[in-house]
Amino acid sequence: MQAFLDIFDIYLLEAVVNGILLGGVLALLALGLNLIFGVIDVTWICYAELVMIGMYGMYYMVQAFGLPYWVAAPIAILLVAGLGALLHYLVIEPLLTAPPINQLLATGGVLFILQSFATVAFGIDFRNLGIRLPVLAIGDMHFSYSRLLAFVAALIGMLAVYFFMTRTYTGTAIRAISQDRQIMSLMGVDTKRIYLITSALGGALAGLAACLLVLQYDVHPFVGLSFGPITFLICVLGGLGNFVGGFIAAFVFAEIISLGGLFADLEWGYVLAFAFFIVMMFIRPAGLLARRS
Amino acid sequence: MNSRHAAWGVGLAALIALPFVYRDPYHLHILVLILIWSFAYTAWSIMGRFGLVSLGHGGFMGVGAYVTALLWNHLGLSPWIGIPISMVAAGALALVVAYPCFRFRITGHYFVLVTLALSGIVLQVITATRDHTGGSLGYTPNRAPSGHGLIALQFDDKTTWYLIALAVWVLGLLIWRWVDHSMSRYAMEAISEDEDAAAAAGVNVTAEKLKITLISALMTALAGALYCQYQMFISPDTVSGIAVSLQMVFAVIVGGLYVSLGPTVGAIITIMLAEILRISFGTKAVGWDNLVYGLLLVIFIIFLPKGILGSVLDRLKTQPKKPKTT
Repeated sequence: MQAFLDIFDIYLLEAVVNGILLGGVLALLALGLNLIFGVIDVTWICYAELVMIGMYGMYYMVQAFGLPYWVAAPIAILLVAGLGALLHYLVIEPLLTAPPINQLLATGGVLFILQSFATVAFGIDFRNLGIRLPVLAIGDMHFSYSRLLAFVAALIGMLAVYFFMTRTYTGTAIRAISQDRQIMSLMGVDTKRIYLITSALGGALAGLAACLLVLQYDVHPFVGLSFGPITFLICVLGGLGNFVGGFIAAFVFAEIISLGGLFADLEWGYVLAFAFFIVMMFIRPAGLLARRS
Repeated sequence: MNSRHAAWGVGLAALIALPFVYRDPYHLHILVLILIWSFAYTAWSIMGRFGLVSLGHGGFMGVGAYVTALLWNHLGLSPWIGIPISMVAAGALALVVAYPCFRFRITGHYFVLVTLALSGIVLQVITATRDHTGGSLGYTPNRAPSGHGLIALQFDDKTTWYLIALAVWVLGLLIWRWVDHSMSRYAMEAISEDEDAAAAAGVNVTAEKLKITLISALMTALAGALYCQYQMFISPDTVSGIAVSLQMVFAVIVGGLYVSLGPTVGAIITIMLAEILRISFGTKAVGWDNLVYGLLLVIFIIFLPKGILGSVLDRLKTQPKKPKTT
């Protein structure tokens, strides 16, 4: 009995720590999506697909052109940032005055486009970077360095965004717009430019997530579906546009998935997370941190 | 008005007569698919036209298809009983999710994302219970012994299926029309404009929304079950999940959200497009159809939010009246 408990606890601890590590990347994705929503008031349904394109970018730069990982990563981030700005310019901007549902559905169309573009251009094979980072063993627990690296890099990325938002003029303008959309153009802020910058920033966060995820997962055209929906749920659970809420919700979700996966299959972890989300929507419809009105 | 009824009658008679005159199995197959999907899209549009954009319909469809097939394979329950049970199951699921949504005023983006979670759950449950449902590899209802096709709702000949699908499609249009002419329509339109004002004017917001959602979910489950019985093969990707939900939205928007035949036009366009691409490009076409879908969806939402049929009808209405040519 005692031996059983010992093993059980170690696995449990391992799952908890892995959950925290997973939460870092999810928090990064949620931050990007929240940024877009908070400032421009649109939901990019295709956000995870931007990550997928970034992962393919990494794969081709590292495997086909032989660039080292550290050189390829910034290029991939810039690439996805550009893609984000392009998405805003081509799809969202013509729809800014349309009903919000139309914007959401239009990005759903972009989801189709990106997925099938990847299918057509890259094929449906699973591909991986071929970089295998060692596994860190503490006692009987095993953590992969790629997850640790992802966690640390995600935290650094989020800190960078935080300082950008609080210490620069553009960041202040972005935060101001998310508080009051109409008044900012009267204050002499170029809303169009801010929207473009925000979209690029959201894209850059997706690019960073792509660089980190490509170390852990194989790339295929539908990889976005495996973490895209979770990202939306995290954002909604935290309250759309609420950065801190999204951050906390990311870790809550990651723990549920990780612990659910420990006791049953990984899919049940996801089922549990989805069900938890629906229940939470009824208890706190406006997000975890929302004040009751 | 009478000439309009006559036109409907003639059109319907022509559609019924079609399989007896024209027997090409491939074309009939395409027509059956178009009719079944039109019915599903109509089901979606009953909700969607009032601003209740649901991405959970893939979930309802999956429940309809899988519950029917599972009951048949494991309990030997005829689809004639299984389909109503699966519809009730989907309806119950819809109520469980929708009631709190409407009660707590979850609308707009939030409603879309909650329903998105719903289709995610259904997809993951189907995949996770792979011992019973075959997981992502798909699932096939057992073949009925010959002579028992009627009980098992399995027919080899396309004409029977065509007529079944046609009947269901007409049923879908009738329900659409019934909603369109009922008081619910005015109530729902008021709600989609301003919930508080509608409530103040005496509309029971939650009940009206629930009614529409329930109708829509029941119809979608029926479509899923029929699709399963017709194709005799279902997989999580073809009848449930977010991709199916988006496909519904896409077809309805392209066809026209606010007109009764809009979803049908959407189904014709999407299915023909997929078939034409598949035939002309063969296996190379993998992905191309979705690429075109996606592009069309974006272009339509930006330039033609009323859809093809809706825009055409609008143009006809605003044109100066021509002298009658009868």
